Amino acid sequence: MAAIELQGVVKTFGPIRAVDGLDLDVAEGICLGLLGPNGAGKSTTMRLLTGQAIADSGSLRVLGYELPRESKEARARMGVVPQLDNLDIDVTVEENLKVFARLYRVGDIEAAVDRALALARLADRRHDAVDELSGGMRRRLLVARGLVHSPRLVLLDEPTVGLDPQIRAEIWTLIEALRAEGTTILMSTHYIEEAERLADEVALMASGRVIARGRPNDLIAEHAGRRTAEYYAPPERRAEVRAAAEDAGLPVRSAGPAVVIVGCERAPDGLVPDEAITRPSSLEDVFVVLTGEELE
Amino acid sequence: MRRIEPAAVLGVMSREVANFRTFWRSTTFSSLMEPMIYLLAFGLGLGTTLVTQVDGVDYVEFVGTGMVATAVVFSSALPAMFGTFVKHRFQRTYDAILAAPVDVEELVSGEMLWIGLRAGIFGTFPLLVTMAFGLDPAPAMVLVPFFCFVTALAFAGFGIAVAGSVAKIDQFNYVTTLVITPMFLLAGTFFPIEGLPEWAQVLSQFNPLHQLVVLVRSASFGFDAYDPVRLAALVVLAFAMWRLAIDRLRRRLID
Repeated sequence: MAAIELQGVVKTFGPIRAVDGLDLDVAEGICLGLLGPNGAGKSTTMRLLTGQAIADSGSLRVLGYELPRESKEARARMGVVPQLDNLDIDVTVEENLKVFARLYRVGDIEAAVDRALALARLADRRHDAVDELSGGMRRRLLVARGLVHSPRLVLLDEPTVGLDPQIRAEIWTLIEALRAEGTTILMSTHYIEEAERLADEVALMASGRVIARGRPNDLIAEHAGRRTAEYYAPPERRAEVRAAAEDAGLPVRSAGPAVVIVGCERAPDGLVPDEAITRPSSLEDVFVVLTGEELE
Repeated sequence: MRRIEPAAVLGVMSREVANFRTFWRSTTFSSLMEPMIYLLAFGLGLGTTLVTQVDGVDYVEFVGTGMVATAVVFSSALPAMFGTFVKHRFQRTYDAILAAPVDVEELVSGEMLWIGLRAGIFGTFPLLVTMAFGLDPAPAMVLVPFFCFVTALAFAGFGIAVAGSVAKIDQFNYVTTLVITPMFLLAGTFFPIEGLPEWAQVLSQFNPLHQLVVLVRSASFGFDAYDPVRLAALVVLAFAMWRLAIDRLRRRLID
């Protein structure tokens, strides 16, 4: 049984189709990265899964429960880590967790809170008010709150957006620990590195639907080849190289003062100038090839 | 699962209790001091210079018993309005709660019950203060917290419904100016409504704060035959406001 099964889901807000015929299956035990730019429909998808948005059409099943009719049963078994910090800042770390342990009907609240505090490495700060914690600690507490009831499925909505690199690394370590336990994770992100590092599979979203899905390396190999060349040169020279690459059928795009040739190993000899910098292709390149848009 | 689970409602209330523990001192202080200041200004000020008795009751006791309704409305309608708006728009608390197995019905019920309980207790403070100013205790006064609780539920529901309806927080000014203040002044707290024009007297009968004032005075000085009807009307109003609050907040929280 898949942890998440969405078929033909549509959600509109007035004239905007935020989710537009979305099909998405997430097998149990995997980490699926939902990758896309702002406005791709990732957050609306998350809200649909938690029953905070009701689809106009299509079918949604989470952990075997049909949404929105059995949303409450599904939510009891799923944890959610929101994009924005919504902790009670005047209340202690411990009390924040206890409140949510009660909301999730946890039997042994003390044990659940101890476990969550250990996971987030906040045991020594349990009696401090949230307001006294650093940004990284608050983010770890937010993750711990979503895990206090040991959920089978965790929804991470842009878990590291706006965080500095050090805090981001801390959160990644937490997510990796979760993956190692076999918890199913659906993680929306618009950070390439995050998706490549943490996700078993990636679903690229644009305009409210999934446009490509697979393991990061497979997606890159299929759509962007092995290597990508970036050529920095005056505009006239860049235009010549771009035209030659397009004639050769290679995906090309502009990136500031450079022309980017995706899958450059397939280029005819002499097409890619010797001065060009080559690097391994990435999910960003895949996304641009498929949509013509940048991710970040 | 049942539609409204006590565990979910209690969970929502436990969050309120956890937060209240961080600011209970200041709230309790103002809840005690405000009636004291009013009683000093109106009860002793007016009561010793212009009015000595109303309906055979010392003016300080008349005002003191009426102040119960003032305490209830200001500790229910306003926290419900501002608290709900802030938790929804600024703190995004409701997004977190609704991601747990809690529905809007349970969320609203927990919020209303907590405000009702708190206002039920704070509502008795003016009565206790008035006792210090000479009001004789009466056995029926034990019912006053219950009267306050029921009325506070209605105002909490009203406040949540308003918060679920307005687009901006400054729109609360319309509600306080056009609804809360007239209700407060037409409750019969500071003067008997019998002295008002007939249309205002009729209007006052539809004012839940006036009905609460009458019930508190009845508990203090003796019940009349219409008091069960007054209480029943407040219960019906609380139920109607509960449903209205659920409807308005659901529209706001669920896309």
